[in-house]
Amino acid sequence: MIGPARRHAPYWAFVTQRVSGVALALFLPAHLWVLGLALEGEAALDGFLRWTDQPMVKLAEVGLVVLLAVHMLGGLRILSVEFLPWRDWQRTLIALSGAGALGAGALFLLNVF
Amino acid sequence: MGNRELSLSVWRGTETGAYATYSVPLAAGQTVLDLITQLQRTREPSLSYRFACRVGMCGSCAMTVNGVPRWTCRTLVSDVAKTGKLTIAPLRNLPVVKDLVTDMSGFFDKWQKAGGRFVPPPEPATDFARIPPTDEKRRTVDAAIECIGCGVCFSACDVVAWDRDYLGPAALNRTWSLLNDERDADELGRLRAVAASGGCRSCHSQQSCAEHCPKELNPTAAIAGLKRAVLAALLRGRL
Amino acid sequence: MTGDKRDLWMWSAHRISAMVMAPLVLVHLATMIAAVQGGLTAAEILERTRGSVVWAVVYLLFVVAASVHGAVGLRTVAREATRWRGVGLDLAALGIATLFIYLGGRAVLGVVL
Repeated sequence: MIGPARRHAPYWAFVTQRVSGVALALFLPAHLWVLGLALEGEAALDGFLRWTDQPMVKLAEVGLVVLLAVHMLGGLRILSVEFLPWRDWQRTLIALSGAGALGAGALFLLNVF
Repeated sequence: MGNRELSLSVWRGTETGAYATYSVPLAAGQTVLDLITQLQRTREPSLSYRFACRVGMCGSCAMTVNGVPRWTCRTLVSDVAKTGKLTIAPLRNLPVVKDLVTDMSGFFDKWQKAGGRFVPPPEPATDFARIPPTDEKRRTVDAAIECIGCGVCFSACDVVAWDRDYLGPAALNRTWSLLNDERDADELGRLRAVAASGGCRSCHSQQSCAEHCPKELNPTAAIAGLKRAVLAALLRGRL
Repeated sequence: MTGDKRDLWMWSAHRISAMVMAPLVLVHLATMIAAVQGGLTAAEILERTRGSVVWAVVYLLFVVAASVHGAVGLRTVAREATRWRGVGLDLAALGIATLFIYLGGRAVLGVVL
């Protein structure tokens, strides 16, 4: 019912934080399990890494990098909002975190292909 | 200019009910409250709604207008009915008594639960507390004190909608103003109240409260202050 | 400890783990961006981490912080999206944290030993 009331930046920052957080939490066990393959020897890990050499996987990895960066930068913004004295320019941090996350993703993209 | 018509949909009923739609003439300079009053006096005598001062001081006329919680006496129809359609509903997050009237008792109960009442020291004061206007704590209080308990922030807040226990922005904002009041004697009790489940920690800083507050207060900032105070008290073993 | 107190400590742990992770995530992002240059192989990863006490400590700290942070975060999402409350939910969060720490510890051992 409250359509127009959800257009302000801090609201989207919250949604982004929550969505990226859940996505990362779902990804993490898979990531840790793959790294654990190293316990079976270098070849086991390498086998998996060769699978990740495909373009679609690399694109997905870029997505993961963006998710991680956006969650971290958004989290830093929340920490500054909650634990530093309130400043109204903290709202600009939202735009900055978004930009920073995309920057990290771009850097990764340029290097992974 | 000619007579323009507006499609006005108003909630009729309690928690269950339906929108009743009317075609009403538009006059220049009308507020949403004017429209509702006109409707009730000329066509729908059984319509229930709340108002008092009509001039933006009491907060009684708060309703949901096209999805947004606001004071209807301070909302020009021309500003919100741009597509020729206006939908009026009671405030979200509060039980509906009838039509546009909500039961505010839960809102005020949470106010008390959050420690929103001044507690004097055990010994009666013998003199006035001298607090200069430039004092930092006083300034913090000043920024939060103007709340008149209209419920708009409570209605705008998604966490209030998601978590029945959440005390809400208005109650927590009031507690913050009391926490910074030099004369208040129950700092620890207040901290305990807002550190509990449903307290300040439930806030996700979405700032819907600050976005909608007709008095331009910032409960998110106040709640952030409470979070700092709570964490500090926890780590010092005071809680 | 009452449910309320547990809740309060969990929230604090969530914020504190976030502060701990901020520099760790930066290190991780930078390392990843550098590592994917010219393709990623197990040999390259293991060459960096095998026998390194520094990487072991860094990654173990990362694992513990991320596990606590993720488990508490998921618990909050569950509380707000469903009617799940109380000891059951807290135990589930503990279970998730334990699982993450187990998988993470295994992964760290895999790449360090």
